[in-house]
Amino acid sequence: MSEALQNPIGSDGAAAVTKAPRKRSKIEKALSSPSFWRGVAALVGFVVFWEVCSQMKGWTGIEVPWIGKVPPPSEVVAAWSEVIWLPGYWESWYLSTGRVFAGFLAAMVLGIPFGLSLAVNKYFHDIFFPPFEVLRPIPPLAWVPASIIFWPTTELSIAFVTFLGAFFTIVINVLGGARSIDIRYLRAAQSMGASQWHLFSRIVLPGTLPSIFTGAAVGMGITWEVVLAGEMISGGGQQGGGGLGFYIWSSYMGGTVAQVIVGMISIGIAGYLSSSLIRYIGSIAMPWRRLF
Amino acid sequence: MSGQDDGRGAARSDERATVELTDVYRGFGEAWEREEILSDFSLTVNPGELTVVVGPSGCGKSTLVNLIAGFDKPDSGSISIDGRPITGPGHDRMVVFQETALIPWQTTYQNIVFGPKLRGDRRNDDIEAEANELLVKVGLAEFKEKFPIQLSGGMQRRAELARAMINHPLVMIMDEPFRGLDAMSRELMQEFFVRLFEEYRRTNLFVTSEIEEAIFLADRLVVLSNRPTTVRRIIDIELPRPRNLGMLSGAEAYEYKREAMELLHEEAMKSFKRDGAQDDFIRAMSGPAE
Repeated sequence: MSEALQNPIGSDGAAAVTKAPRKRSKIEKALSSPSFWRGVAALVGFVVFWEVCSQMKGWTGIEVPWIGKVPPPSEVVAAWSEVIWLPGYWESWYLSTGRVFAGFLAAMVLGIPFGLSLAVNKYFHDIFFPPFEVLRPIPPLAWVPASIIFWPTTELSIAFVTFLGAFFTIVINVLGGARSIDIRYLRAAQSMGASQWHLFSRIVLPGTLPSIFTGAAVGMGITWEVVLAGEMISGGGQQGGGGLGFYIWSSYMGGTVAQVIVGMISIGIAGYLSSSLIRYIGSIAMPWRRLF
Repeated sequence: MSGQDDGRGAARSDERATVELTDVYRGFGEAWEREEILSDFSLTVNPGELTVVVGPSGCGKSTLVNLIAGFDKPDSGSISIDGRPITGPGHDRMVVFQETALIPWQTTYQNIVFGPKLRGDRRNDDIEAEANELLVKVGLAEFKEKFPIQLSGGMQRRAELARAMINHPLVMIMDEPFRGLDAMSRELMQEFFVRLFEEYRRTNLFVTSEIEEAIFLADRLVVLSNRPTTVRRIIDIELPRPRNLGMLSGAEAYEYKREAMELLHEEAMKSFKRDGAQDDFIRAMSGPAE
């Protein structure tokens, strides 16, 4: 906590608040922070290391184990600059993103109320928690065959598996978050005359928001994992094909390793963008947590 | 804090309640391993007085607070406020909790108006006017739009006092409210609180484990026994009001302190013998340092 806040109790009320220095823009701040530049240096160092290791065989005839088999970054960038003009590549992005968000949104819409109900209602918890706990440890990919049987189209099967990946994580986080709300907040509100509905809307719901966003961020990561695996399995058939997972798989089958890596990095970027989006929404929804 | 038009803030005589506990018994756990916390506990909190409760650590002070606040029910015996039995929480009794229980996602102002706005039993401009008045009184006018995490420890406690006072409680229940503050803020808060009390004269039950704080604030000092807890002795503190911290170094305060310390020491030794050192060690490790 900053010095300015340690303002002693004067009989004159609050002492003068020292004005904070002019707020600098985020970009300005980043450019002047050593941790930003350490991050940049690490990334550059990593790329150089990779390039050197991959090229080592061509230069000296000695192959560096493992990484020597991987095409160098320069080759990957070259491959990327080609595929970036192909509509197929962007269609893969579009298909995967659509599936991720469909599954993820369904998981949020169903998971948040379900988790909150588990947290606040004893009977609901007694009835639904045991089956939930039995289903939870089953990895989403183990659901693939069953999912194909359940659902009429491959597209729906993939979406369902994606949904499961996020659902369990979100529910567990919401439940844990709601349960860990400080009882003194509830008691204080009760003393002041809060009804059940007020306790829920003013205390439980905002108190659970941080866990909802944690669950969403983790769940988003899992949906990307699951959707790619689903796409690799489903292949590029008439319906429900394509996507970044299929792109990687078909590149591998076609022997273009540089494109495999293009696909992998694309997923990294997609995942990063998705979780940035969640963090951003979280910081808007929870202004009291932006102040550290 | 002076210059207040008199009478406006002070509690009217019908806003000064009597709290009466008669033969209260409360225990926890199943019958075969029943842990008696309060037993045959009787105490009257007089209207308009500041009654301070001190006791050895773990003696059930928080249980006492929970019972009076209505968060918990006695197994037997009765607790009443102005003759009406207490059946649950209510805004006639406001608790100021240990550490802080300001709601983190509400600003200082939203925290203060929370109770009256929820109940909707007063006009909005009325609530807003009183909230702003209280904000000035506790020195937080400039911090009304800040979230609790942006306030220092002392400011949080003052915000919490304002949040309790706006509900016009018949009784204020303070559960070690200044615990966890550094020594300097703690002294400032004690002086602030005593001024506030002397101005409003609401019935007050103040629980603490600090003897000096207790003597400085109290009209009556209630020393509790070890578990199962009863009232060991009530000491009337006749230091003049308005109080100031300088009074604590006088001979009178010293006598009170000696008397209370002796009683507490006796009680603490009993607990030491009964539980052994290990229990005290665990307690020391699990609670925040005083």
